[in-house]
Amino acid sequence: MTSLPITRRNFMKTTAAGALGASTLLSSVQRALAADLTVGIVYVGARDDFGWNQAHAVAIQALKTVPGVKVVEEENVPETDACSKSMESMINLDGAGLILATSFGYYSPFVVDLAKKYPKVEFRHAAPLWNKDKDPKNAGSYFGYLNQAHYVDGVAAGLSTKTGKIGFVAAKPIASVLSNINSVLLGARSVNPKAIVQVIFTGDWSMPVREAEAANALVDAGCDVITCHVDGPKVVIETAEKRGVMSCGHNASQAPLAPKGFITGAEYKWETIYKGFAADLAAGKPLSNFTSGGYEVDFVQNTKFGAGATPEAQKAAMAAIEGLKAKKPIYVRPLKDNKGKVVIDKTYDNLDPFLDKMDYLLEGVTGSIT
Amino acid sequence: MSGEPAVVGAMAEPSAPMGEWARRLRADAEYVVLPLAALIVAFLAFGVFLSALGKSPVDFIDYVWKGGFGSAFSFQNTLQRSAPLILTAVAVAIPARIGLIIIGGEGALVLGGFAAAAAALPLVGVLPPSLTLAIMFVVAAAVGAAWIGLAGLMRTLRGVNETISSLLLNYVGIAIMNFFVEGALRDATNPNKPSTKPIGDAYMVGKIPGTDVHWGFAVGILLAVALYILMTRTTFGFAARMTGGNPRAALAQGLPVGRIMVICTMIAGACAGLAGFYEVAAIQGRANASLAAGYGFTGILVSFLARHNPLVIVPVAILFGGLVASGGLIQRRMDLPDATVLVLQGLIFIVLLASETLYGRFPIFKPTEGAKA
Amino acid sequence: MNEALLTVLIAMLGGAIRVSTPFMFVALGECLTEKSGRVNLGLEGTLVLGAMVAYATSYHTGSPWAGVVAAGCAGAALGGLHASICSLPRVNDVAVGIAMMLFGVGVAFFFGKPYIQPTAPRLGSIALGGFSDNPALRSALDVNPLFFVGIAVAALLAWGLANTRWGLIVRTVGDSAPAALAMGLSVNRVRLLSTLVGGFLAGIGGAFLSLSYPGSWNQGLSSGQGLMAVALVIFARWSPLRCVLAALLFGGAGAIGPALQSVGITQGYYFFNAAPYILTLLIMVATSSATRVSRDMPGELTMAR
Repeated sequence: MTSLPITRRNFMKTTAAGALGASTLLSSVQRALAADLTVGIVYVGARDDFGWNQAHAVAIQALKTVPGVKVVEEENVPETDACSKSMESMINLDGAGLILATSFGYYSPFVVDLAKKYPKVEFRHAAPLWNKDKDPKNAGSYFGYLNQAHYVDGVAAGLSTKTGKIGFVAAKPIASVLSNINSVLLGARSVNPKAIVQVIFTGDWSMPVREAEAANALVDAGCDVITCHVDGPKVVIETAEKRGVMSCGHNASQAPLAPKGFITGAEYKWETIYKGFAADLAAGKPLSNFTSGGYEVDFVQNTKFGAGATPEAQKAAMAAIEGLKAKKPIYVRPLKDNKGKVVIDKTYDNLDPFLDKMDYLLEGVTGSIT
Repeated sequence: MSGEPAVVGAMAEPSAPMGEWARRLRADAEYVVLPLAALIVAFLAFGVFLSALGKSPVDFIDYVWKGGFGSAFSFQNTLQRSAPLILTAVAVAIPARIGLIIIGGEGALVLGGFAAAAAALPLVGVLPPSLTLAIMFVVAAAVGAAWIGLAGLMRTLRGVNETISSLLLNYVGIAIMNFFVEGALRDATNPNKPSTKPIGDAYMVGKIPGTDVHWGFAVGILLAVALYILMTRTTFGFAARMTGGNPRAALAQGLPVGRIMVICTMIAGACAGLAGFYEVAAIQGRANASLAAGYGFTGILVSFLARHNPLVIVPVAILFGGLVASGGLIQRRMDLPDATVLVLQGLIFIVLLASETLYGRFPIFKPTEGAKA
Repeated sequence: MNEALLTVLIAMLGGAIRVSTPFMFVALGECLTEKSGRVNLGLEGTLVLGAMVAYATSYHTGSPWAGVVAAGCAGAALGGLHASICSLPRVNDVAVGIAMMLFGVGVAFFFGKPYIQPTAPRLGSIALGGFSDNPALRSALDVNPLFFVGIAVAALLAWGLANTRWGLIVRTVGDSAPAALAMGLSVNRVRLLSTLVGGFLAGIGGAFLSLSYPGSWNQGLSSGQGLMAVALVIFARWSPLRCVLAALLFGGAGAIGPALQSVGITQGYYFFNAAPYILTLLIMVATSSATRVSRDMPGELTMAR
């Protein structure tokens, strides 16, 4: 009986070598010719969730108009091995040269391991996690400091509120959420020193019934401006509108949902970053490993003002935006947390990594992390 | 009214040699032909559904093949995805064979994985990886066993319906995991995604040499085989089958029905807990909310499709792994939403369940009584 | 302190009314189905499908009530599918239920994608709290008419099961199929009808989710409420009126978490969120018995064996 000439080991080695060779060829072609680039983007939820994923999906449309760029998208990819396989599939079967991983939990270990395995493919992840000493050079991070836009929300809300209470529906007490909450407070207090923010945590990124309950509870407690940090703010904004209070949006533009009460919203402007990536790749330049910023580099924006924003609020908000573009710091010392401890002891630049580890709520925020 | 627990894999008593094999083959062929026919019918129905939407069913099959089975990468993708499914399906199959329908695999998986990560915390850096992993393995199995065993206990002692109680335990288990992962056991250096501290690359379960698939897959197969042997070739298995067939008769025979129920549910929980262990130790490296990814529920589906036979669970899990693996490609190439695979899974499940009624109706599978010498 | 307590109580009242309505409809539907001797675990899928159909219909026709009716019909269709498969011999109804759950949710998400963005006309509510100055109380008493419809259905069901010929037929089929056959009843047809009606009611429950509270359609809409409703029926020991009370209890329990946080009690919110499930488990343990089959449980249910 003859044995098979192709053992499984050989087959895999050949395929792996083939794939590696193909991607090497591909990226060198990219770099040389500014020709076809396939960008693969992976979303953790639905593309049209009126929130986080939609912001990315809308921004990636900008890439589709760039000649020579093809975009493949995959949605509802959980933060498990599935995302690793999806990304690998895009590399192997679609020939992707740049992978955009948009959900926090995709990075470690999935993006990191894949970057090691496919050194010629560029991986960029939407959270400030890339570590230049430990992580591979073909991986990187990109991030917009949304809290700057939330600060502007706070300024506008601080002048629009009549009760002085701003309600915040938050998903989980993690650093970026806490920074948003604190920024809203600081923005509001910069124009209305007596303003407070009340926060309710729902416990998960997407729980429509609980989000509605939280919004209702906040309105019941006297808040007349509601904002949020959940994956899909649609329910919160609609509930606020139904209760006749004002609202500020998050992630994407929810203005159409609240024709009477919408003030403004904190939105990412991912297209600035995505277009930058495409331009760099087309010109053969290496991609920066750590791309982050706020207003000063146009990575975030505020939604156009709605009917809930008074002219006074609008003026103050625009002034705040100008200030942020000029890198005016938000976290100015001294600031205490709502348990009395001093947590901000000096003035921090808006992009200071110290702020990325935030684990407290500032004094003036009613609510607790545990 | 329908609803007898499926008495699966009935084996004929051996009587005479050669003709006996042929007879058994024909009888057992029913268990292969009918499910296969049902699968084909389901795919055909789905094809009609796709055509009505203007999509090509041929393209669909092509992408399922390419994305799930057609290349080394795709196939390994499939195998890796089927690893947790084998374990969670076995977790449904074992109690099902004694008539208990347990749908609590998700909660047991989550708690098992969490327990493993928690157990690792004091051991990483202190004990060597092999010992640490062994301890984590045992802890995950034990916690999972205790969790589902609880449902079994409630059934034995208080007659509480195990389907509902295991369902509720899912939610409770996930809440417990969330409570600890976001609170006491939270890794402070990872501010944005509440997780336990990572166990580190050195302590992770590796891949089967030469492949891109972690050891959990192999262990899943081993367990499936071992449990099959347990349920069909041992006294315990025989007692369990009797309990499943007719609990009252089993009681009358003096079988410890209550103890058998609890043991079977504990075995089931241990398997689901191990699925959690591999999710933590082979993939994530830590415990967090991503553990609750629906493997428990898909496992229910796989087990029913395999008619609760642990050996058949392996190929069925691989089939499902392939479906899920190709889901991404289908999304990208055919511009179909990810819910497409869900619809197909539901359809397969429905058709297969409906086909249960056809067993025993076709004379071709019923060889004449009296073996030829 | 008193103000805080009042806030929490009002929030619980509001939550009890708001969140209980879909529970009520699904539980009543399941109650009827189980009274006829069949378990329909697929109601989670029916709930989600009903929500999607209601939203889509309301969007296209401009009439939310048309959406409600359409949702009911979609629910009935799924229920009919469930019943016809289960009526084949040797088919396990628990398994079919899980299959329908997957299928229903899959179909709902599949066809529901285009409806996540647009805004559909929602159901209005009746403002019962006009007498009060307290805006929280006013909002809590902003009741959707479906709440009253649900209570009316429960009363009708309770009365019908106890006093009419139809009720007797359903109960007989559910308690003892041989007795029903001896009476000349078609067991499968009765079960088909009750599963159809059960599905219709569950579909309406789904319509409430997308058209009233939370009043939005997207892929995360139901967090296991359909399955919870099955547990609720057991909790309520198969009585339609007790189903209403249990639904109110579960709804109120669901509102405790956010309400407590709003008055400053923030510890352990995970357990508040898991409270309804733990509660059901405890009740089940306390009221079941290994030896005696509960008198209230329809004898033909798979669970009774």
